[in-house]
Amino acid sequence: MPGLEDLYREIILDHYRNPRNRGELPTPPAHRFEGFNPLCGDEILVYVDLEDGVVSDVRIGGQGCSISQSSASMMSAAVKGKTVAEVRDLTTAFKGMMSIHETQLEGTDEEGEPPPDSGSDIALGDLEALRGVVKFPVRIKCATLSWNTLAQGLDELAADEST
Amino acid sequence: MAMTRDRALDTTRLRQDFPILGREVNGHRLVYLDSAGSAQKPRQVLDAMDDFYRRSYANVHRGAYTLANEASEALESAREKVAHFIGAGSPNEVIFTKNATEAMNLVVNSWGRANLRDGDVVVLTVLEHHANIVPWQILADQIEIELRWVPLDHQGHLDLTALDELVDGAKVVSFSAMSNVLGTLTPVRRIADAARAAGAMVMVDACQFVPHNPTDVAELGADFIAFSAHKMCGPTGIGALWGREAMLDAMPPFLGGGSMISDVRLDGFTPAPLPHKFEAGTPPIAEAVGFGAAVDYLSALGMDSVRRHEVELTSYALRTLTERFGDQIAISGPSEPAERGGVFSLAYRDLHPHDISQVLDERAVCIRAGHHCAKPLMRYMGVGATARASVYVYNDESDIDALSEGLEAAGEFFAF
Ligand SMILES: Cc1ncc(COP(=O)(O)O)c(C=O)c1O
Repeated sequence: MPGLEDLYREIILDHYRNPRNRGELPTPPAHRFEGFNPLCGDEILVYVDLEDGVVSDVRIGGQGCSISQSSASMMSAAVKGKTVAEVRDLTTAFKGMMSIHETQLEGTDEEGEPPPDSGSDIALGDLEALRGVVKFPVRIKCATLSWNTLAQGLDELAADEST
Repeated sequence: MAMTRDRALDTTRLRQDFPILGREVNGHRLVYLDSAGSAQKPRQVLDAMDDFYRRSYANVHRGAYTLANEASEALESAREKVAHFIGAGSPNEVIFTKNATEAMNLVVNSWGRANLRDGDVVVLTVLEHHANIVPWQILADQIEIELRWVPLDHQGHLDLTALDELVDGAKVVSFSAMSNVLGTLTPVRRIADAARAAGAMVMVDACQFVPHNPTDVAELGADFIAFSAHKMCGPTGIGALWGREAMLDAMPPFLGGGSMISDVRLDGFTPAPLPHKFEAGTPPIAEAVGFGAAVDYLSALGMDSVRRHEVELTSYALRTLTERFGDQIAISGPSEPAERGGVFSLAYRDLHPHDISQVLDERAVCIRAGHHCAKPLMRYMGVGATARASVYVYNDESDIDALSEGLEAAGEFFAF
């Protein structure tokens, strides 16, 4: 039986208490992406500045539980300075870790170990702390909300540009 | 823990009827505080359904053999029990549906399409469950009805200061008898009288009301009421619509198929008489048997006692939680137990409802975190979600104490 400490790792609580990149960016030039968790009513806003295909700045708004807020905070720190392509790879790696089928429920918790199915050597760093969320299936959507919001927003941008 | 001599219900004995309450979760006694979401089932209901499947099961109204007759009788006897439970004039006024949601969709689609035209006004309240909002919004895509909203006062009562203006010229007034978020009991009779005086049809979402209060449809004064068996110790998969016989008679069918017809020809059909006109297809037969058994169970407890028990427990919860947590806790809805049911939406420190319920789950305390299918109300309250505890016949003070201790633990865990 997984316990609370499997879910609420210290790094998660730290990001929850001291969220990074909290706030807004002026739109335009920034893009504003909005995501909802229809199950619990949580709402996330992701603001990104893009310069030559690089995420030059990012801010997080909205409201949510400790898992969705800390995941968004960690994401903001992780994607800043990365190219859109790198952000996509990171998202794939993160969502791979968050997938019940790809992660052993009794898996080990060693820091820095890449998820088995990420298919790359992308280091998730602090994000590894969210691995325990998989043991609490109803909370997975909390952890992936900000990532899905960002990924969907970037996809829509790309689609707009190609038309 | 305060134990008074003269209690409305003997919960210690009554808990023995609910097998699930004997279960442990995470090494703790199960503390079930989500009956507003769905109630647990007593042995009497489980046994009735099991016996029916083992002894009398067959499809209904379709065969002349013994089992088919017994099954048909079981279905109709359940209908009579439900009718009696809510004071209906005739079992023909009770339509079995999948749940309260389907019951309300039936009225919106059948009565609504037959009677509403562009420009007509439908009055709802901001505390409604999505089940009494979205069907009207879907209809509004096809008929240009205008939706008007009754607001709330600061304690979560309906603000009826402008009731006469709101219902003036309205064709429909549809509202909840008890909020599943705030616990507020609404003045059904007063609103129904005002609405009917204005010539409007009145539908009451009684999903949270019927399980917890003595119900007499004549007293409520509505034209239709909707409720679900699963919130009153019955099974999932069945609910009921009660409607005035003359109105149901005049309405076109909702779903078409077997059982709901008297005759079908290549050029059309003749609907069956009530109640079967609105029950297309094979009905939830065993579920109806369970529904009937649930009604028997609650009747044996006595709905006056059920209500009295919940007022006692509500007083205890409001008092002890406020005493313990002071201004660290905010409990939505009326502060007067007589004006509300046993549903407590809590805001505790700045903890998110998901996090609260996660910590509580560790102690086997089951509460609901989320928007409770009332997103317009959440927006009105200015929150995304609430942590909601709700009580029923099998809960007692020790369950409220477990909630209280769990909140304390959550507060310590997330202390900044
Ligand atoms: C006030 C209210 N109305 C309607 C419903 C819908 O009930 P059901 O999901 O059983 O159709 C509920 C249950 O959540 C409710 O609390």
